[in-house]
Amino acid sequence: MSTPRKLRVATVSLAGCFGCHMSLLDIDEHVFALLDKVELDRSPLTDLKTCGPCDIGLVEGGVCNSENVHVLREFRAQCKTLVAMGACAINGGLPAQRNHLDVGQCLSAVFQSRPGMDTAEVPDDPELPLPLDKVHPIHEVVRVDYFLPGCPPSGEAIWQFISDLLAGRTPRVSYPLLHFD
Amino acid sequence: MSQPTFLLDGQSVPFDDGQMILEAARAAGRYIPHLCWHPDFPPHGSCKLCVVKVAGRHVSACATPARAGAEVESDTPEINTERRTLLQMLFVEGNHFCPACEKSGDCQLQAMAYDLEMTTPRFRHFFPDRPVDASHPEVLLDFNRCIYCELCVRASREQDGKAVFALTGRGINKKLAVNAESGRLADTDFAANDKAAHICPVGVILKKRVGFAVPIGERTYDRAPLHEVALPKLEGDT
Repeated sequence: MSTPRKLRVATVSLAGCFGCHMSLLDIDEHVFALLDKVELDRSPLTDLKTCGPCDIGLVEGGVCNSENVHVLREFRAQCKTLVAMGACAINGGLPAQRNHLDVGQCLSAVFQSRPGMDTAEVPDDPELPLPLDKVHPIHEVVRVDYFLPGCPPSGEAIWQFISDLLAGRTPRVSYPLLHFD
Repeated sequence: MSQPTFLLDGQSVPFDDGQMILEAARAAGRYIPHLCWHPDFPPHGSCKLCVVKVAGRHVSACATPARAGAEVESDTPEINTERRTLLQMLFVEGNHFCPACEKSGDCQLQAMAYDLEMTTPRFRHFFPDRPVDASHPEVLLDFNRCIYCELCVRASREQDGKAVFALTGRGINKKLAVNAESGRLADTDFAANDKAAHICPVGVILKKRVGFAVPIGERTYDRAPLHEVALPKLEGDT
């Protein structure tokens, strides 16, 4: 009997803090069981810059700039199953706390209005992605298959969720692993 | 004559004449979700989380009298899906940012979302601009989290005899207002030991300087889910 094909998994942190990725590493020794079943495509762990065809995409963080939009669309196009992982991907999270403010005023408050920065300018290097006027949860930009809440989701919650997905079950994180904080 | 009963999800629930479906169910140790209902106040019927189906019609369990022989559906996939949709609308209408909320773990809205396994807000977020009122020396008001259950309005008016709070505006423009010319809580006779200061099911009315006295992870709904906590203690419970 041949060994089953390894599933390809891509992960990314958009407007997030990498906390969900840290929590992913918190699955501890399960990481060996995971790597028996999956191989990583684009991910901060592989440092690959583009995403090939994948079975599962885990997206941390919301959408706060133009680059996030491109990366998220790439993930949606390449991943059969796309997962919003963590509070920011699901509802915008901390970055979305700027949403009731004007983005131009935010930038000038940070780069021009602070003491000692009176003559500074808002950075406009063409390599910098343009901020969006609002930070969006990823389901407002692409279709999302599953949501894994938490800030971050605990390693245990992530492991249960991924185990379900790998086994072909509908992933379910219920009490007491389901948390919004 | 024996006490009349109705059927809740196929199980018999006794009730007293005039008792509402939700009250009778609670007294029998059966939970029906609710946010705006509180045992100390008459039914309000605004949150609609307690919606149940009786003879094919949707009714609010908190405001519908129990009738002998009625068949009431509550904990069904259909009704729970509708409840989850109501929760999702509540979440996107305000700014419910749990990781930064000191009510997290003690919040009924959050706990009900856990109970009903709401994993996504699903709809487009409104991200409204609602400034906080930190004027009062002892209590902070964070309007971002208001779900308009009117419990503080009712508690202040009916039990504290003060009428500190009111809802103003209609529909999507509805908001919680403070009854002072300045609109600030500091300019009212509101006190930290008022009933209204302790009744908010979410994180709007918060006592200052005790926000994290109980650590995250050891709070009400960390220890037990809402559908257990919300039931009255029965004889023999510890």
